[in-house]
Amino acid sequence: MKIDDNNRAGRSGEEDPGRRRFLTRLSVAVGSLIAILAGLPIIGYILLPVSRKMHRQWVSVGPTDRFTVGDTVLVSFENPSARPWAGVTAKTGAWVRRIGDGNFIAFVLNCSHLGCPVSWEASPKLFICPCHGSVYYEDGTVAAGPAPFPLQRFRVRVRGGQVELESRPLPFTEAT
Amino acid sequence: MKQLKKFLQRLDDRTGLVKLTKSIADHPAAPGVKWKYVFGSAVLTAFLMQVATGIGLLTTYVSSTGSAFESLKYITHKAPLGAFLRGMHFWGASMMVVLIAIHVLRVFLMGSFKFPRELNWITGVLLLATTAAMAFCGQIMRWDQNAVFGIVAASKMAAHVPLIGTWLSRFIIGGDVLGTYTLSRIFDMHVFVLPILLVSLLGLHVYLVLRNGVSEPPVPGRGVDPATYRSDYHHMLQKEGVPFWPTVVLRDFVFALGVVLVVLLLAWLVGPEKLDNPPDPSLINAHPRPDWYFWWLFALLALLPHALENYFMVLTPLVIGLVLLSVPLVSNRGERHPARRPLAVAAVVIIFSGIAALTVAGWNENWSPRVNAPPLTTDIIGASSGPVYEGAMVFNKMACLFCHTIEGHGGKRGPNLTWIADRLTRHQLTLRIMNGAYNMPVFGRILSTAETENLLDFLSTRKKYGFATGKQQSAVRPPGPLTQGALHASEELAIIKSKGLPD
Repeated sequence: MKIDDNNRAGRSGEEDPGRRRFLTRLSVAVGSLIAILAGLPIIGYILLPVSRKMHRQWVSVGPTDRFTVGDTVLVSFENPSARPWAGVTAKTGAWVRRIGDGNFIAFVLNCSHLGCPVSWEASPKLFICPCHGSVYYEDGTVAAGPAPFPLQRFRVRVRGGQVELESRPLPFTEAT
Repeated sequence: MKQLKKFLQRLDDRTGLVKLTKSIADHPAAPGVKWKYVFGSAVLTAFLMQVATGIGLLTTYVSSTGSAFESLKYITHKAPLGAFLRGMHFWGASMMVVLIAIHVLRVFLMGSFKFPRELNWITGVLLLATTAAMAFCGQIMRWDQNAVFGIVAASKMAAHVPLIGTWLSRFIIGGDVLGTYTLSRIFDMHVFVLPILLVSLLGLHVYLVLRNGVSEPPVPGRGVDPATYRSDYHHMLQKEGVPFWPTVVLRDFVFALGVVLVVLLLAWLVGPEKLDNPPDPSLINAHPRPDWYFWWLFALLALLPHALENYFMVLTPLVIGLVLLSVPLVSNRGERHPARRPLAVAAVVIIFSGIAALTVAGWNENWSPRVNAPPLTTDIIGASSGPVYEGAMVFNKMACLFCHTIEGHGGKRGPNLTWIADRLTRHQLTLRIMNGAYNMPVFGRILSTAETENLLDFLSTRKKYGFATGKQQSAVRPPGPLTQGALHASEELAIIKSKGLPD
C-alpha cells in the first residue's frame, strides 16, 4: 500500500479532513486486525481445555474380596485422563461400601459445600466434612451443616472380580 | 568530572532522559509531606522485593503438579538459603498487603483522593485488586493439600456466579478435574499476566502521582474547589515547596529500610509458611485455609446463614470493588480533613473493626469440627464404670466431641456442654439429641435406646453446682405427660412422633 504523505497537515495547507478521518480509521482497523489474528489462537489455546469434557473411563479399585460387606473403605485411583506429569494430583479418592455380594456404592470425597474431602466415621455412620462441619448420613443425604446437596456417587460395577468405578468430573464443574 | 558532565549532556541531547530525571528529582513537594506519606513508596519497595525474591525462587520452583511439591520441599529443606528466600517472599507478600492497607487508609482519611487525584485512587484500587489476585495465586502455587482444596473451594464459589458460573469454575480448575492444567495456569497468572498488569498499573499510578503532585496535608475548613484547587496548589508549591530529592525521598528510604529489615527478620526468625500434606486429592483430613490476610473473608462466609452464603461468595468481592472504585465519584470536592468528615471516619472505624473481629474469628475457626479432639477422660467423666461412664463413651465414640466441648475437650462448632444440665432438662436433652437441628444430625436414627439412655445419664451429670446424676435430676422434675421421670428416650420419641413437639 502506498501512503501519500504529501497530504500531511502543514505541507499542503489544504488537507482533506475526510481523507484524514478515513486513514485514521483504516489504521485503527489494520491494528485491530493484527491483534485479532495474533490473539485468537492464543486465547483459543488457553480457553479450549476449559470446555473439553473429560473422557469417562472405568477404573479398578481392587478385587471384590478386599471389601467386607457393611464396611465403608477409602480407596484411591489414578484419573485415567491425567497427563504423565500430573503426579499425585491425578489421584482421586472415593468412599466405597459393599452392601451385598456383588453390590457396591461409592461416594465422591468432595463435600457438596466447598469441596473439602469428607471423612467416614464408622460408629455414628456419618460422613463429616472437616471444613465447615457438613454432615451426611450413611446414604449420603445431608444430615447437618451448610452442604446444599447429598454426596455425589460414582457409578460402580464388578468386572472379573474387580470393583470398578467410573471416573467423573469434580461435582460442580458439570453443567447443572 | 568534566567528561561525565559532557557525557550526560550528550545523553540528554539524544534521549531527554537526564533533564526529565532531574526535573522529577527537583520538583517541589508540599512542605507538610512528612512521615504519613511514606507508605506508598514502601509498597513499591515491598513489590520490588517480591519481584526479586520471585525471580530467585523461579530458578528452582517447578510448575507442574507432579513436581511442584517436591521442588518446594527442596527449596525449603535443602537448597542453601532456600527457606530464607521463601520466607522473604512469604513475609514480603504479607508486608505488601499491610502497607497497601495503611496507604489506602492514609489516602482515604486525608481525603487525598479528591480532585484532581480521582484517577490516582482508581488506579490504586485496581492495584489492590491485582495484588489480592497475586496473593491468592501465590498461595495456590504452594502446591500442597491446602492449595489443592483451596482452589477446589475457589472453583466451587465461582460456580455460583450467574450464567457463566460453571464455565468460570472450569476455567479456574483448567478443565473438569484437578490436573496439570490447574497449576500451570495459576503459575502463568502469578508470574506473567498479573505482574505485567501490576507493573503497567504501577507505572500509571506513579505517573499520576507526579503529574498531579502529592496532596498537601489537609486543613480543616479548607476544602477542595476544582475551580481554584490547581492554581492554589501550584502557588503554594512555588512559595513554600521543598525539593522532592533529597528532603522527601530520604524519609521514604529510611522507612523502606525498616520495611526490608522487618521482612528479613521475619524470614530469618519465623521462616516461610509450612508445607502441608502432599497435593493428593485422595487424601482426607484436609484443612484448607487461606493466608492470614484473607481470614476475614473466610470467616465472613463461614459465619453467614447458609442461605446467604452463596450470594455473599459472589457479591462480597464485587461490592467491595465497586464501593472502593466509586469513592472519588461520590465525593471529589469539599472538606479533606478527617475532623470535618465524620461519616468517612465512622466508615473506616466500622469496616476495620469488622475486619479485625472477623480475622480473630478466622483464626479461631470455631465452625470447623475438631476431628482429632482428645477423648473425655475418667477425670472429666467423674466415673469409670456404670451408665454415666458408658454415656461418656457414647459421647466420645459418636463424634459428639467433634462439635461439642466438655471441660476443654472437643470442638466449638456446637454449644459448649460442660454445664449443659444447668440449662436443659433431661427431657429437653432428649428432644435435641433425637431430632437434631440445622447443624446437628438426627441422632434418633443413629443411637440405640441404651446408648441414648446412657448418654442422657452422662449429660445430666454436667451440672456446675453439685454433682447430680440423671436419675436424681429426673426425680425433681415436675410431673407431666412428657416429663415423667420413668419415661425412656425411645418412649419419648414415640410420643413426639405421634403428638408433635411440646410447647
